[in-house]
Amino acid sequence: MDRTDLLSLYRQMLLIRRFEEKSAEMYALAKIAGFLHLYIGEEAVAVGTIAALRPDDYVISAYRDHGHCLARGSDPGKVMAELFGKATGLCKGKGGSMHLVDAEKSFMGGYAIVGGHLPLATGLAFASQYQSLDRVTVCFFGEGALPSGQAHEAFNLAALWKLPVIFVCENNRYGMGTPVERAVALYTDITETARSYGIAAEEMDGMDVLAVRSVMRRVVEQVRATGTPCFIEAKTYRFMGHSMADPAHGHYRTKEEVEAYRKRDPLLVLKQTMLDQNLAGEADFKQLEQEIGAVVAASIKFAEESPFPSPAELHQDVLME
Amino acid sequence: MVLSYREALNQAMREEMRRDPRVFLIGEEVAYYQGAFKVSKGFIEEFGPRRVIDTPITEAGFTGLAIGAAMAGLRPIVELMTMNFGIVALDQIVNNAAKIRYMSGGQLSVPMVIRGPGSAAHQLAAQHSQSLEAWFCHVPGLKVIVPATPRDAKGLLKSAIRDPNPVIFIEAQLLYGTKGEVPEGEYTIPIGVAEVKRPGHAVTVVAYSKMLLLALEAAEHLSREGIEIEVIDPRTLKPLDLETIVTSVKKTGRLVIVEEGWRFCGLGAQIAESVYATAFDYLDAPIVRVTGADIPMPYSRPLEDAAIPDLPRVIEAVKSLC
Repeated sequence: MDRTDLLSLYRQMLLIRRFEEKSAEMYALAKIAGFLHLYIGEEAVAVGTIAALRPDDYVISAYRDHGHCLARGSDPGKVMAELFGKATGLCKGKGGSMHLVDAEKSFMGGYAIVGGHLPLATGLAFASQYQSLDRVTVCFFGEGALPSGQAHEAFNLAALWKLPVIFVCENNRYGMGTPVERAVALYTDITETARSYGIAAEEMDGMDVLAVRSVMRRVVEQVRATGTPCFIEAKTYRFMGHSMADPAHGHYRTKEEVEAYRKRDPLLVLKQTMLDQNLAGEADFKQLEQEIGAVVAASIKFAEESPFPSPAELHQDVLME
Repeated sequence: MVLSYREALNQAMREEMRRDPRVFLIGEEVAYYQGAFKVSKGFIEEFGPRRVIDTPITEAGFTGLAIGAAMAGLRPIVELMTMNFGIVALDQIVNNAAKIRYMSGGQLSVPMVIRGPGSAAHQLAAQHSQSLEAWFCHVPGLKVIVPATPRDAKGLLKSAIRDPNPVIFIEAQLLYGTKGEVPEGEYTIPIGVAEVKRPGHAVTVVAYSKMLLLALEAAEHLSREGIEIEVIDPRTLKPLDLETIVTSVKKTGRLVIVEEGWRFCGLGAQIAESVYATAFDYLDAPIVRVTGADIPMPYSRPLEDAAIPDLPRVIEAVKSLC
């Protein structure tokens, strides 16, 4: 294992963590409004998966999308400005938290109708196949989308037409407040859903970024080489509420359960690995905290100081001229 | 040359697919069956299965796939076997195709055409006899085209395929076999431009798709009685060429709008509002609408006939203003 490599993964996860903690603060201060769905606890899935991709591979996500966007390398200042609804945001303040897009980074967006972006992912993959490009498409979605009709239509087309798409199901165990056991018939092994369409499927530990990257490197290589789809269940957990509207545990799960999962915090897991193997010391982590603290502070400053969109922007970007 | 509406559509797609390798056709039965209404006759033979793609009966899935492909730079033509099935894909059309450009602050675009027949044919009953153009027109980010003649169908479909935005292109089953003069060689018709199909001075009649043919028939009858109506086909419903309609209304002072769709919140309500707001002072009488009945379409022929605007009702509407 390489110290620089591992520190880089840690750094990316830490950026998402601190960025989102700060967004929650800004939400409380009413600097950010609307829906804000935090990814805290699930960082290893985005960082480990995206670390296995090429810059030109497509990434598409649902509404809990800050982590994927940041892991793709988007400028934290532009992401924060988007959350603030500012003109300098990634989408000029028109998308917001749930609809981040960074086309330059091949981050094709966050979509907020559950299940609705899985067909889009098959289309991105279809385009690669049509254009004879060896790009793969990674589609992140929660297990709450799994029973939706659009997801099944997407699985069928991906398998039928052998499209180079990787469905990464982030199973954080709750669709809002409904546990997977009460929403998905095949909850004991949701990968069966994909296998029933003939899609190769496996599960992985979504709290261990090294495990995620290792699985994804193999899967990405396979999908790139064969052009056939794959389904990965990332077993993960959300430490915060569904959105800013509900507390960390709420009525639907116990405080004890949340605390138990927090012991497998992806940041702790990687940190412990590095400490155990003498690849880093506390001083390294302190330094990273300072560095990321400065990046997040700068993103807030940028968002604060940026102007809101001008009224003239209202009717721009509806249609292309 | 004289072509059927069906042949005109076939030519438009064929020419654009020859011209631009990014264009492909996707939908139910478009390839080996040659299209449910034979609009894509001969396509699989010319373009092969890579560009003429049969789908399973999953409109949300393949419409969404086409939107994703458009985001990645392709130019899909989605054929909906009928526009009724577009309801199944409405989440994709409304939430994705129409909004992706805006939500992304202009970073992404969705250049695609979603086409197929709308409105009633003969006795297809409630779920297959609907005029849903008002639904699509209601959504910002979509263009909506409703050609009535083979010439307009070809020229507008070519423009729609070249347009960088999502375009809903509504045909009609009962128009596929109709024939008309189509220019030889390459031509397009701009989106958003209405056409005066018959000049007159007594009353302006706005009608589109199948209803244009009805309005022109009414014009013939009325002419024999000395009433010369001006018939305007908007051809594109969104963006609407209000100027051409208003210019005519300023001349005639009277307006009848004929549409097959349901009356409440129908297209005519919007056109009337736009005309009232722009040319109220020029109107000599309230605008009259002839519309479909506000009911699910019945199967029985006499009931179906009663639910759709017909010649006597259009003539009566015009005469009520004279």
